[in-house]
Amino acid sequence: MTDLLILLGVVLGIIAISKVVSVLNMVSVAKGENSYMPNARENRFQARLMPVFLIAYFAFIIWQLVAWGDRMLPVAASEHGEIVDNLMDITWIVIAPVFVITHILLFYFAWKYAYDKNRKATYFSHSNKLEILWTAIPATVLLILILYGLSIWNDITTPLTAEDDKIEIELYARQFDWTARYPGEDGKFGEASVRLIEGINMLGLDSTDVNGADDKYVKAEFYLPVNKDVQFYFRAQDVIHSAYMPHFRAQMNCVPGMTTRFQFKPNKTTAEMKEITGDEDFEYYLLCNKICGAAHYNMKMEIKVVSEEDYNKWLSEQKEFLAVEESIEDKTEESPQMDTTQTKVGESTQLSALN
Amino acid sequence: MGATAHHEDNDFLFKYIFSTDHKMIAKQFFLTGSLMGLVGMVMSMIFRLQLGYPGESFAFLEPILGSWAPEGILAPDKYLALVTIHGTIMVFFLLTAGLSGTFSNLLIPLQIGARDMASGFMNMLSYWFFFISSCIMIASLFVEGGPAAGGWTIYPPLSALPQAMPGSGMGMTLWITSMSLFIVSSLIGSLNYIVTVFNLRTKGMTMTRLPLTIWAFLITAVLGVLSFPVLFSAVLLLLFDRSFGTSFYLSDIYISGGALEVAGGSPILYEHLFWFLGHPEVYIILLPALGITSEVIATNSRKPIFGYRAMIGSILAIAFISFLVWGHHMFITGMNPFLGAVFTFTTLLVAIPSAVKVFNYLTTLWKGNIRFTPAMLFAIGLVSTFITGGLTGIILGDSALDINVHDTYFVVGHFHIVMGLSGTFGMISGIYHWFPKMFGRMLDKNLGYIHFWATIVSAYGVFFPMHFLGLAGVPRRYYANTEFPMFNEMYDINELITVFAMIAGFAQLFFIFNIFYSMFKGPKAPQNPWESTTLEWTTPVKHLHGNWPGELPVVHRWPYDYSKPGMEEDFIPQTEPLREGEEESH
Repeated sequence: MTDLLILLGVVLGIIAISKVVSVLNMVSVAKGENSYMPNARENRFQARLMPVFLIAYFAFIIWQLVAWGDRMLPVAASEHGEIVDNLMDITWIVIAPVFVITHILLFYFAWKYAYDKNRKATYFSHSNKLEILWTAIPATVLLILILYGLSIWNDITTPLTAEDDKIEIELYARQFDWTARYPGEDGKFGEASVRLIEGINMLGLDSTDVNGADDKYVKAEFYLPVNKDVQFYFRAQDVIHSAYMPHFRAQMNCVPGMTTRFQFKPNKTTAEMKEITGDEDFEYYLLCNKICGAAHYNMKMEIKVVSEEDYNKWLSEQKEFLAVEESIEDKTEESPQMDTTQTKVGESTQLSALN
Repeated sequence: MGATAHHEDNDFLFKYIFSTDHKMIAKQFFLTGSLMGLVGMVMSMIFRLQLGYPGESFAFLEPILGSWAPEGILAPDKYLALVTIHGTIMVFFLLTAGLSGTFSNLLIPLQIGARDMASGFMNMLSYWFFFISSCIMIASLFVEGGPAAGGWTIYPPLSALPQAMPGSGMGMTLWITSMSLFIVSSLIGSLNYIVTVFNLRTKGMTMTRLPLTIWAFLITAVLGVLSFPVLFSAVLLLLFDRSFGTSFYLSDIYISGGALEVAGGSPILYEHLFWFLGHPEVYIILLPALGITSEVIATNSRKPIFGYRAMIGSILAIAFISFLVWGHHMFITGMNPFLGAVFTFTTLLVAIPSAVKVFNYLTTLWKGNIRFTPAMLFAIGLVSTFITGGLTGIILGDSALDINVHDTYFVVGHFHIVMGLSGTFGMISGIYHWFPKMFGRMLDKNLGYIHFWATIVSAYGVFFPMHFLGLAGVPRRYYANTEFPMFNEMYDINELITVFAMIAGFAQLFFIFNIFYSMFKGPKAPQNPWESTTLEWTTPVKHLHGNWPGELPVVHRWPYDYSKPGMEEDFIPQTEPLREGEEESH
């Protein structure tokens, strides 16, 4: 109720101010002034507000940089990420002066050339030289930026080859959680289909496919070895999701009906990042960045980047797909129907209980 | 054509409701579009409350929103519904129909010297399709499950499957229905604008004597005619997928405990179709705003617009390139990286004509004699927002950089500044400038000043900090940032944004009051209040079906003869024949 009264107060207040202003106007009309065309005093006042606004705007931006600068993403935790950050810095170096100069010109001209009835504006309608100048300069600068940007894009998106020493991971998205699958000893992922999804087999893995027998999948968190290329494959079960790993400067959509891919080489372990950020609780995250339903904002997985030894040790502790299948079959005989396909908001992972 | 069918419009029904007079239709578009815009703005204020104060209870929300906000806390799926409808309304209903519908209708016949649109009836039809479309969109708020909630881009499968979220049921059907009617409205309107500009220009009004507003409206209409049908086909196929069991966009889906009988489709197809409209749509919003700005800046600087032909060239270039850049919305959908590279290249090309426009505006201000009318302030504000928002586009258009800021608040900040603010500033500037032409009365100037300064300060306060959120990786369309420690610590930025959003929202009350007060009680407008050269100011203040009482005016010069050397007058209307020895220059 008090909220409503405050709201009502604000609205009435603004109407009252408006009313006062319009009455003031009637006074100026009564004095014989033309009420709609700004007079000399008003032009001067508005002109003075121009540099005031400019300074305020710049001050606001600088304040934000100082106050929030250290809360931006920390240094990139992947090899390509550092190059991308460098491109970002260069782009800012190009953009910032353009922003500052054009804004200074805009508000300076507005202030400097405020109306004066004794002066006539300069009739200057065109200049091909100027037009060519400010077509050519942005074109040149942009061309350089594009070429540099595209060479990096090319490096990032060139697929790893079979010879590359890498690990492969499949990230599987559904409303509203993630599953990471490792191909196991054989290095091959087993076939999967939505038609095979049943009970605990929520990836729809084909239990008759030998390649899939040793596949391992985990929820809630997954591990990556440091300084080794990781080839990601992305799939989705229901709607479009997006696998966003901001610290690694990596993002790729997960689209039902197709497999997308992205790769990067993590170069800082979680422990190293804790030191860099000075934050004991620092964790890498995989998050969903494509609107996917009500609990979209809470669809996440932790990523642990560790040494290769620790990674291998962790991976060896994970159960293989077939083993999980069999243990479930034993259990379901006792307690029938364990529905893992229906996920609810804030649901904790069911598989962790099995690991 | 309107003139031949001239009759006394005394009948209320035909004067105000089923009017075929372009000036009345412009007012209808203005009022309906603005009302929709108001709804969209209030929605944004409500979901900003949730973002600024996640999980906090606001008692006043419950009586307004009912079951959407149990105990005064907005529900997560209804948050998404509000975001979706806010986007839809702002992009289409306010800044497409509201902006083009108002000003193309009002100004095209008046500025080219025509009695009315080529087809007054089609023009009326265009409005009524828009009106029905608006009603359906609003009605969708009240159906079971709520309105569409999959984001204004309504990507399938989320939008195709009622099981995926409550808003994808009846609400989505109504969204598709509403948008289909909207597209019909837009197409009828645009065809009419194009035909009118090409065929009904008065004697002497050559293409290079057209005010830049008309050039902008013309090219906008061409963009609309070429791109809206593609959106229509996109939503039509979506309708088939939803209702008739096809799978254009669906394949391999398991949802709600069962695999669907769909195969072979691709949601990416939808994205291509959507953005083939979606990107030109940005310029369907921007070009009219820039056209209005050109006119307002020239008039109030008492100077010709600098580089008239370059301005036309840049409009054409922007329009052409806008059809080749849609893929930059899809860099991370798994498209072929080579294609991504091509789209990066074409995208950054847009920056060149945009830069030309900005420099031409700056040069127009240089050595001008500037009158700070509220319209002029909003036009200057537009130049600022166009620069600020345009520059961050260089980051988003670069595929390598886009990977990490895609779908974050960086994008939200970028397009709200470059498209949202520039579009609304252009529209508001136009309303302050042409209000006397619409309603025969003047808007209050001082309220306009308060409105402008409150709006630009709070608007930057809302949208500039969003870049910082985006650089910190905060995704858009998150109901709350509380689930990630690294985003949760941004709560103070979000709080600041929300406070500014409230100020920005309430600041619009000055404008709303001004409009309704001045409509009835404002000082009566003189014929040419801004001492302008263009034809609309040669028509009588009191509206006349057919616009000019006698013969149509004849045009002898370009529209920007302000402060011409050797002339005594500060401005020379387009209807003035060239003086002896005078050269027409542009």
